[in-house]
Amino acid sequence: MSGPLYGLTVVELCDELGEWAGKLLADMGATVVKVEPPGGSRTRGYEPFLHDIRGTERSLWFWHYNTNKKSVVLDLDVEADKATFKKLVADADVLLEDALPGRMAELGLDWLDLEVTNPRLIYVSITAFGRSAPRSGEAFTDLTLLAGGGPAWSCGYDDHSLPPVRGGGNQGSQTACHYAVMSLLVALLERDISGMGQHVDVYAYAANNVTTEAASYTWLVNQQTVQRQTGRHATVHPSTPTQILCADGRYATSGLPPRRGEDFKRMLAWLDDLDLRDEYEQRPFLELGAARDRIDLARISEDPETAAIFGAGRDCVNFIASRLPAYTFFTQGQERGFQVGIVYSPEETMEDPHFRARGFPVEVSHPELGLRFLYPGAPYGFEKSKWSIRRRAPLLGEDSKEVLATYR
Amino acid sequence: METRALSHLRICDFTGQLAGAGATKFLAAFGAQVVRIEDPVLQGRWDILRGIPPFKSGQSGLEAGGAFNNHNVEKLGITLNLRNEQAREVLRKLISVSDCVTENFAAGVLDRLGFGYAELKRLRPDIIYVSNCGFGHAGPYAGYKTWGPIVQAVSGLTFSSGLRNQPPAGWGYSYMDHTGAYYMAIAILMALYHRSRTGEGQWVDFASTEAGAVLNGPALLDYTVNGRPLRRQRSPDSNRSQFPRMAPHGIYPADGEDCWIAVACRDDEDWKRLAGIAGAPWSTDDRFAALSGRLEHEDDLDTLLSSWTCLRSAGETARLLQAHGIPAAPVRRPEERIDHDRNTEAWGLWPTVQHTVMGEVRVDGLPVHLSRTDWSLSHGAPCLGEHNDYVLSKILGYSSSEIASFRAEGVI
Repeated sequence: MSGPLYGLTVVELCDELGEWAGKLLADMGATVVKVEPPGGSRTRGYEPFLHDIRGTERSLWFWHYNTNKKSVVLDLDVEADKATFKKLVADADVLLEDALPGRMAELGLDWLDLEVTNPRLIYVSITAFGRSAPRSGEAFTDLTLLAGGGPAWSCGYDDHSLPPVRGGGNQGSQTACHYAVMSLLVALLERDISGMGQHVDVYAYAANNVTTEAASYTWLVNQQTVQRQTGRHATVHPSTPTQILCADGRYATSGLPPRRGEDFKRMLAWLDDLDLRDEYEQRPFLELGAARDRIDLARISEDPETAAIFGAGRDCVNFIASRLPAYTFFTQGQERGFQVGIVYSPEETMEDPHFRARGFPVEVSHPELGLRFLYPGAPYGFEKSKWSIRRRAPLLGEDSKEVLATYR
Repeated sequence: METRALSHLRICDFTGQLAGAGATKFLAAFGAQVVRIEDPVLQGRWDILRGIPPFKSGQSGLEAGGAFNNHNVEKLGITLNLRNEQAREVLRKLISVSDCVTENFAAGVLDRLGFGYAELKRLRPDIIYVSNCGFGHAGPYAGYKTWGPIVQAVSGLTFSSGLRNQPPAGWGYSYMDHTGAYYMAIAILMALYHRSRTGEGQWVDFASTEAGAVLNGPALLDYTVNGRPLRRQRSPDSNRSQFPRMAPHGIYPADGEDCWIAVACRDDEDWKRLAGIAGAPWSTDDRFAALSGRLEHEDDLDTLLSSWTCLRSAGETARLLQAHGIPAAPVRRPEERIDHDRNTEAWGLWPTVQHTVMGEVRVDGLPVHLSRTDWSLSHGAPCLGEHNDYVLSKILGYSSSEIASFRAEGVI
């Protein structure tokens, strides 16, 4: 047994809005008991499925978001099960729930109902629009959270006849879950001192609102509006492209352009080593840059030579990228001290030598299938209390007997 | 002083930008004493956000950077010239009375400054050290340098965000600076929880590319289990739904310049209601009656729905659909969701802080409320060395004459 949260008991009553929070806790050692309705959690019906065949135990979505959890089936509309649930929570440190606002109160399972028997309970509610906000009853999906909450405004293309883009991967609920975990940990540390639990109200729409970087603070500070651009930061005034199509049809992203004389020297050396010395027409400007100590960015607007040097440096990164496969550009560029990146498809991280060397892909056994699969691994490397997947996501009701033995 | 949730914790903080500073902002909002260390010789420019726009109207300069203020509210700021041995001694003293040391330098920088993990542990055996960089402190790319857009690109988040037959759109901002900061805060808090149980500190090596990769979980398993990569024909298209499948599901044109409305039908019931509201010839088209048909004819469906959404404002369509329980939301501009949204206002999401130079300025608040020990933000980010006297005298016990000589000798 390991993990910094070893010994912590969490009861989870969540579908897609909150189950990521439960996984973050479970993978760090907490005992997370997922309470499912008799037919199973809704997310057991989410794509993708094992070999594309639908089934309660075949959702890869469910597999991912529920590693290390225990599954207990309780029908909260039935009094006996509700009583069991209350006993379960009476012994828990944390309750995580993402029910629609009002539902828990209707069941008699609200914070005020449960703190009576467990004043040390940290009761975490994750809702789309807050429990008390004016729009708390609004229907939502990840798409409408990201569109209404701000992220989509900044994401898309230079061509504004194309729609803004929702970032992929259901990040709207994941962002809410990050705040849920941060906040419940604060409440746990506080409980060490006060001995008391409390209610933590997590508001997903607001979480997305404060996860938009410059879009929000540019408005807050000086009431200007950023505009979306292809593959780079949305800005108030248009900026130059940073996403480059490489020779193999893949994309790379350039970082900060050369600014110091030594940057220009390294850039010239890179051109030479690639035998592109004569092909790059703006080479003389790179040589001028190499002769300087550094480029004074404040002088770009008044000194055409400085502007030409800076422009050539930026352009040369793009030129080299267009002549190399993306991975070669990425690794050669970084080895030569240039801050550049490759645009990987998600699955390409699982094959990348660095991710592999750090042990990022981990094997998880599915004994009932007699199979092992690679899963994404630890988001952080704890030295002493490690992240781990001890068991694959639970089968429906797999742990009812064991967990409920003492509560029935 | 009022006791807050984390008043008992002190962080010796080298973080900067958003990826690091965002983590300690969260802790400071709950009362942790965060002592931010800056280099007086470089005027704090370890953090590139110090002194860069946005500025409040009529302001500029080192102390007026809007992003820096946003990410560093409620922190104390001191200057230490670590080239100087006396300053290093001050830092040793501070570390020995801190619970946690945090940084988001490139790998190895703190070590080269002489304050690697071994030294931190020597100064305080149960210290928690959380480092945050793009590729972590070990592995083939440990020497590589990153910023938000590179982290997002390498972790797969840029690729998974885009329209079909278009280049990756990315996120349009440093999503992984925000999220890296969230993970960093989680790591700090979990390590503190572990220490409270066992008495032992530890080093957390946080690599934001790994955290980013995890955020595409179902797509990763679709690859490792089903052999289906996201890089394939007609993929990705992130305005459409991947998991779970829905249609219609997209961002459609609304009346007005660059105005858009997001609409999602979660099931056939949502679709039936939408079709009824539209009352258009396509509302009764048999091809669209079931999800499988709507997915098969999604291009046609999107075109027809666009011809309906473009007739009125995004707000009006959203109200119409929401009145019938169908998920819909305008793509809101910053102004709309900050100044004209009672949902964020009622929550207190944009608190005003008092900054010594900038005066009153609004910042990002927190999307959570704790019933008993909630957060609060009222002080702006520290000016360079603003809390030198307070930290050196009240926390570290130096006399005013010692502090005066530190000042005279360029130690602080």
